[in-house]
Amino acid sequence: MAHYLLSVITPSEGEAPGEDEMNAIMTDVATLQSDMQSAGVWVFSGGLEAPDTATVLARSGDDVLVTDGPFAELKEYVGGLTIIDVPDLDAAMHWGRRSTEAVGLPIEVRPFHWTP
Amino acid sequence: MTAAPSSAAITRIVAEEYGRCVATLTRVLGDIDLAEDAVQDALTVALVRWPADGVPPNPGGWLVTTGRRRALDRLRRDAVGRDKEARAAREEPPPDDEPDAPEEEGPVHDDRLRMVFTCCHPALALPARVALTLRLLGGLTTPEIARAFLVPEATMAQRIVRAKNKIRAARIPYRVPHDADLPDRLPGVLAVVYLVFTEGHATSTRDDLAAEAIRLGRLLAELMPDEPEVLGLLALMLLTEARRPARTAPDGTRVLLADQDRARWDRELVAEGLELVRRCLRRDRPGPYQVQAAINAVHASAPDAAATDWRQIVALHDQLLALAPSPVVALNRAVAVAETEGPDAARVLVDALAERLDRYHLLHAVRADLLRRLGREDETRAALDAALARTDDPDDRALLTARRG
Repeated sequence: MAHYLLSVITPSEGEAPGEDEMNAIMTDVATLQSDMQSAGVWVFSGGLEAPDTATVLARSGDDVLVTDGPFAELKEYVGGLTIIDVPDLDAAMHWGRRSTEAVGLPIEVRPFHWTP
Repeated sequence: MTAAPSSAAITRIVAEEYGRCVATLTRVLGDIDLAEDAVQDALTVALVRWPADGVPPNPGGWLVTTGRRRALDRLRRDAVGRDKEARAAREEPPPDDEPDAPEEEGPVHDDRLRMVFTCCHPALALPARVALTLRLLGGLTTPEIARAFLVPEATMAQRIVRAKNKIRAARIPYRVPHDADLPDRLPGVLAVVYLVFTEGHATSTRDDLAAEAIRLGRLLAELMPDEPEVLGLLALMLLTEARRPARTAPDGTRVLLADQDRARWDRELVAEGLELVRRCLRRDRPGPYQVQAAINAVHASAPDAAATDWRQIVALHDQLLALAPSPVVALNRAVAVAETEGPDAARVLVDALAERLDRYHLLHAVRADLLRRLGREDETRAALDAALARTDDPDDRALLTARRG
């Protein structure tokens, strides 16, 4: 089995979905998550706060520099993520397809190189 | 053992067996790079032994067995390879010192089909799929592929390395998809083969690519005889390739279908293509490649251009538009409509496509032809100029310039 990160590619600009639409999305996401759990592939998932809530820490000599805001301002950011444990890319892409259908945003499927 | 073979004979055997051996050893060793190295090692041994000892009765089996032994030696020297050694050793047949032992590698066909679906995986970009397929199934070298696609060798090498790395790191599986997934996966495979073919067909200097595409098409038809679109693609390529001898005039310029000397068409390829089209019709599960093959079959069945069954060609284009809508198909349909309903009816259809296909030189070339038949000389000339402004291809420009007069 191998771990894959499914990232939700969220646009920085444009209108956020309204309350009804958001509720419908969350219902679909909940169904998807319970399907992942019953299939035994779900490891972790969560939605992230907006990038401007981020803080970046970077070592600089003996110090650690603290910067307010995200590492880089981009047109898209990772708005949420799921980690799954599946046999191969075909299986990971199956769950990626289900995710983009549920969320309505692009999903990046990326293999882990190393996990504990 | 046969008599001492010529080096040309050995080269031919190697070209035929390369894809088969890499596919089998990829399954056995679990890694494409290891498999390629093993086949290279085996070929080195073969080039020393075969000229002296003769070619073994089953050269593919000999190369696989020898390659696997070499790979095991290599892995034993390499501690990192311990897992893979264990895996390869489990599949090792009973000890046997005779390297010419009969083939024991299981369903070899399945290995090549696995390789097809791995090389053509939708998670790989189309240029990467094309390069991997030619390299691993076609046995072409990286410099050969780079030359064929007019790409610097370093770029092509990087493309292949990156694709193989992604297969390994992202765990693209080495297997034939389940029947349920096949309809989603097959078009990606066929697109690779057809792209290789059209690249080879576009330029007469690269006809080896067309031959390679037909070879891959035959392999797919052998591996998936029940998929009508596979047969349709092969038929389409054969019927197109059959016209190659008539496509070029003695002065090297291109000859359009209507003006070709049909006696110069390759009758054997035509017959094979027509038989495949008939097989597809019996299956009655039409798809875009089968319909395109059928359109070419109608042309191939006409003894001369005037005898073409244009009503049938219009009907097939209607079917193709329903299966795979595209403005280019609509333009080709308009060309057929010019023959059934006259140039003015066709001109109306072409004008309706003008906005979407404005950058496509053939839209303007078709329009010019229709306007000429309608006797509208000034507009004909303007349309030919528009076509000339949109293509750099010397063959296209020669044809257009000749018509401009």
